[in-house]
Amino acid sequence: MSEPAAEIAHQFADAGQQRDAATFGMWIFLCTEVLLFGALFLGYTVYRLQNPEAFDEAAAHTLIVAGSINTAILLVSSFCVAVAVHLAEQGDRLRVTLLLCTAALLGALFLAVKAYEYNHKIHEGFFPGHSFHFAGADSRGVEMFFVLYFTMTGLHALHVAIGVAVLTGYGVAVLLAQRPARLTTAVDLAGLYWHFVDIVWVFLFPLFYLVGRAP
Amino acid sequence: MTSTRKNTLALVVLMILLGVTLEAAYLDLGVLHTPAAMLIGLAKAVLIVLIFMRLRPSEPLVMLAFTAGLFWLLIMFTLTLGDYFTRS
Repeated sequence: MSEPAAEIAHQFADAGQQRDAATFGMWIFLCTEVLLFGALFLGYTVYRLQNPEAFDEAAAHTLIVAGSINTAILLVSSFCVAVAVHLAEQGDRLRVTLLLCTAALLGALFLAVKAYEYNHKIHEGFFPGHSFHFAGADSRGVEMFFVLYFTMTGLHALHVAIGVAVLTGYGVAVLLAQRPARLTTAVDLAGLYWHFVDIVWVFLFPLFYLVGRAP
Repeated sequence: MTSTRKNTLALVVLMILLGVTLEAAYLDLGVLHTPAAMLIGLAKAVLIVLIFMRLRPSEPLVMLAFTAGLFWLLIMFTLTLGDYFTRS
């Protein structure tokens, strides 16, 4: 969509260049996020290769139903945002707001399920530290699994919480803005972030919930 | 195909993949268990990147950022695992 000259910051030649620069910047930010989460995935890999049995045993204690529901929630939420980005380009502000708020609501639901899971795990004594207790043989390995579980899903949940705030913010902003076309790129970039958060979960899910289920 | 139909189709396939990966978790695949789960995860990620995030090979700057991220990830994994598993 073409934007009036007033909407283009003075360092850019045209709207296309401005949009491309913003998109490029967002992808670079996502790269740094890949490396942030990547380091944790690497930690998981190293500890799992060193304690394969303990990780199998520990993973069987995570709530697979809650994890699966959360995967579905994030996938639907990502879909809503993808459609919202498309509609934002067509200037359909009411539906953009509706979809962004739905996506944010699904994100909040994800966090609620996560909170339930954490509560469950803490009550079962799986929270690492003084209160950790596990009757099985390899309790150090099991504890390491739960260190990674709480760290990685916790960092991911923080990203979801930020995403919920960002999506809600833009959902409201698109509805109230006098010139919603100004927000098209911002909605697109918020979408990229939200999809990235979804991708991280796509890899967390098998590593923490699907391990150790086979007979 | 319109954008909305493409997105809907992607969502349907993603949900099917979720079902497949759940089913596979309970199969006796032995050592192939985690590779299979990660492969399905990778398929989901590719769908999200290509359809939802609209990554296009025709945009060189975005492709540069994207591949740089993966390349650095590869360096981190290769060097670290190379160290951990060659120690005596």
